[in-house]
Amino acid sequence: MDLRYTASEESFRIEVRQWLEENVPSESLKSFDTEEGFDQHRAWEKTLASDNWGMVTWPKEYGGRGCNLIQWLIFEEEYYRSGAPLRVNQNGIFLLGPTLMEYGTEDQQARFIGAMASGEEIWAQGWSEPGAGSDMAAIRSKAVREGDDYIINGQKIWSTRAVFADWVFCIFRTDPESTRHHGLSFILVPLDAEGVTVRPIDQLNGLPGFAEIFFDDVRVPAFNRLGEEGEGWAIAMSTAGFERGLMLRSPARFQEATKKLVALYQTKRNDILDLSLEDAVVLCYLDAEAYALSTYATASRLMAGGHIGAESSCNKIFWSELDIKIHETAMRLLGARGELLPESEDFSEDLGVWLDGFLFAQSGPIYAGTNEVQRNIIAERMLGMPRK
Amino acid sequence: MNFLSSEDQIAYRDSVATMLAAEVTAESIRSRWNSPKGVDEKVIQQLNEMGLNAMLVPESCGGLGLSEQDFILLAQECGRAALPEPLVDNVLVANAMLADIACSDLDSAQQCKDLLSEVVTGKVMLACGHWINPFINMADINEWLLLSHGDEVHLVENSAVELLPQRSADPSRRIFTVNWQPSGETRIANGEIGAGLWRRALNRGALGVAAQLIGLSESILHRAVEFTTDREQFGRPVGSNQAVKHLLADCAVSLEFAKPVVARAAYTIGANSSDADYAVSHAKVAASRAAQLSARHGMQVHGAMGYTWECDLHIWMKRCWAIDKTWGDAGFHKNRIHERLLDPSTLMGAEHTFTSITSETFNSQKGAV
Repeated sequence: MDLRYTASEESFRIEVRQWLEENVPSESLKSFDTEEGFDQHRAWEKTLASDNWGMVTWPKEYGGRGCNLIQWLIFEEEYYRSGAPLRVNQNGIFLLGPTLMEYGTEDQQARFIGAMASGEEIWAQGWSEPGAGSDMAAIRSKAVREGDDYIINGQKIWSTRAVFADWVFCIFRTDPESTRHHGLSFILVPLDAEGVTVRPIDQLNGLPGFAEIFFDDVRVPAFNRLGEEGEGWAIAMSTAGFERGLMLRSPARFQEATKKLVALYQTKRNDILDLSLEDAVVLCYLDAEAYALSTYATASRLMAGGHIGAESSCNKIFWSELDIKIHETAMRLLGARGELLPESEDFSEDLGVWLDGFLFAQSGPIYAGTNEVQRNIIAERMLGMPRK
Repeated sequence: MNFLSSEDQIAYRDSVATMLAAEVTAESIRSRWNSPKGVDEKVIQQLNEMGLNAMLVPESCGGLGLSEQDFILLAQECGRAALPEPLVDNVLVANAMLADIACSDLDSAQQCKDLLSEVVTGKVMLACGHWINPFINMADINEWLLLSHGDEVHLVENSAVELLPQRSADPSRRIFTVNWQPSGETRIANGEIGAGLWRRALNRGALGVAAQLIGLSESILHRAVEFTTDREQFGRPVGSNQAVKHLLADCAVSLEFAKPVVARAAYTIGANSSDADYAVSHAKVAASRAAQLSARHGMQVHGAMGYTWECDLHIWMKRCWAIDKTWGDAGFHKNRIHERLLDPSTLMGAEHTFTSITSETFNSQKGAV
């Protein structure tokens, strides 16, 4: 065990910091769930990609830097420190990108990865259906093979970023006789294809952060299928592993949030009547630090050839509950003024930021697999408790 | 940057774990409860033969010169076994404190060095009575005691003190209050030097508790999983019910996020980092939360059996409850964190998790005095 950064890790940090200081937009962008904000964020992805900072862990030939996981953590720390924009293409770069590298053919990688890295093509995720939420194997939407194409019919829902995105990666039932997790295939669909209808769904903050997607005789080439026909479930599970694993929510996000929370606490401290707030602030700080330490420990293990298994479910529960605790504590500190929306006359920027974060935090224990499903996974796969 | 224990550390831990699994069973713990001293001399001797008493003593003083990082892996195993013998406090706190003084240029260094040479071989045993703890566990089996008078450190022979036995909720603990008279003869460090020594002792003691709580919690969780897999109701294992699964999954999550915190705390003490106070307090708070949850949920899923004297579970639960408040309770440790948060010189933010550790002169050797 050696918890010091090496000289090369330190110089990597300086390199990242300098680039971000020169390139991060000085004014914060509009929400990527508005048309204008989406375009601003797409432009930011292009800026990142122009110097190969889009996805530092990717190999150089895909526009990355071949960084190891410790370097990735350093990058993320600097990224959040700099106040750089959120990643509009996270479905693509964190989920589909690694999946393409593992399961895609050379031609598929050449077609999709570059455009993804540059922000030219932004991706949405299409797994859930009205009848297939936590029970994803209940998928009914069909893709029927016809010559070199698939004809797709059905409906997806809760597709994050789908309102303004260019592409969606989905799982469809390609074997009409199949049930459950058999006979599913992983297929990529352009959202401007004929027969695709996207119906935006407004989230708690009133913005269309996700959408329903209807497929009505949509024709896509078989080239768009990732992996073999019928392998969709296994590929989706590996993608879900990336999602819940390390990459989706780096600890820096929560450490920066607790830094702001502590600053807020310091300004309010002398007026606090609720003594339990001191404890709440301390615990938020400790848990954000614990998440960072745990991620460094996991990164060390993975770099030594280890694997991340059901621990990724522990991560998902821990960060999503931490995010709620941080924002609940902030709302308690803000008191009655906390309900103010950003456009209110009496608006001070922080109020709106905390409220926005508070609303978004509510979704954490639900998306990427509900925390109840994660607890089942921990109990059965990590602890070995009986399924039935 | 690397968070992994070395192969040597793992091998040492495994050898101690194997010995403890064979020698320290629930049955043998129960038989200690009816013995006069509450200890198994053979186990003390075996652990000594494995080098534990010498671990944290520098090689220049005849020790093995290992670090807190090495030792907490063993402390976790002591917790897992619910080892009644007070080994963790003796080795991690008392022996290391005596070594700190023996390696200093204090007048008492030679006296401490002489005693240390007998401690590392296991010929005599030494305990530490810190002002933060009202009791010393198993004080009576030690030939010597390190005691606090204000911030002064005194080295006192057992025969020169009056030990008043008290009864603990944990039948494996034999706790004592100590009546004694400080004198110039017994003083081995003045208050100015002693303050640093006691602070370091507290950090080591709290680290030892945190590590033991991890092992205790893992053992409770393991027992709870076994019980709920075997026990059937409504024609199926009670552990197949989601309500039961989720109680234990929450314990697992809590533990996963306490373990790296405890490892970091051990590292900061070994490196003499200025982060040690904070890192140790975090470890104590995190391990304590995991242990309280594991004891609570572990008992719940055992049903009425868990509430009995007959079921072995209480050996582990009561240890959690008892040692959780030693070496500074949650209030003490959270307060140290709170002070850090209010200190304007504290480096906050994601990029600073390892800043102090990286920038300070690394010193794995002693140098407390």
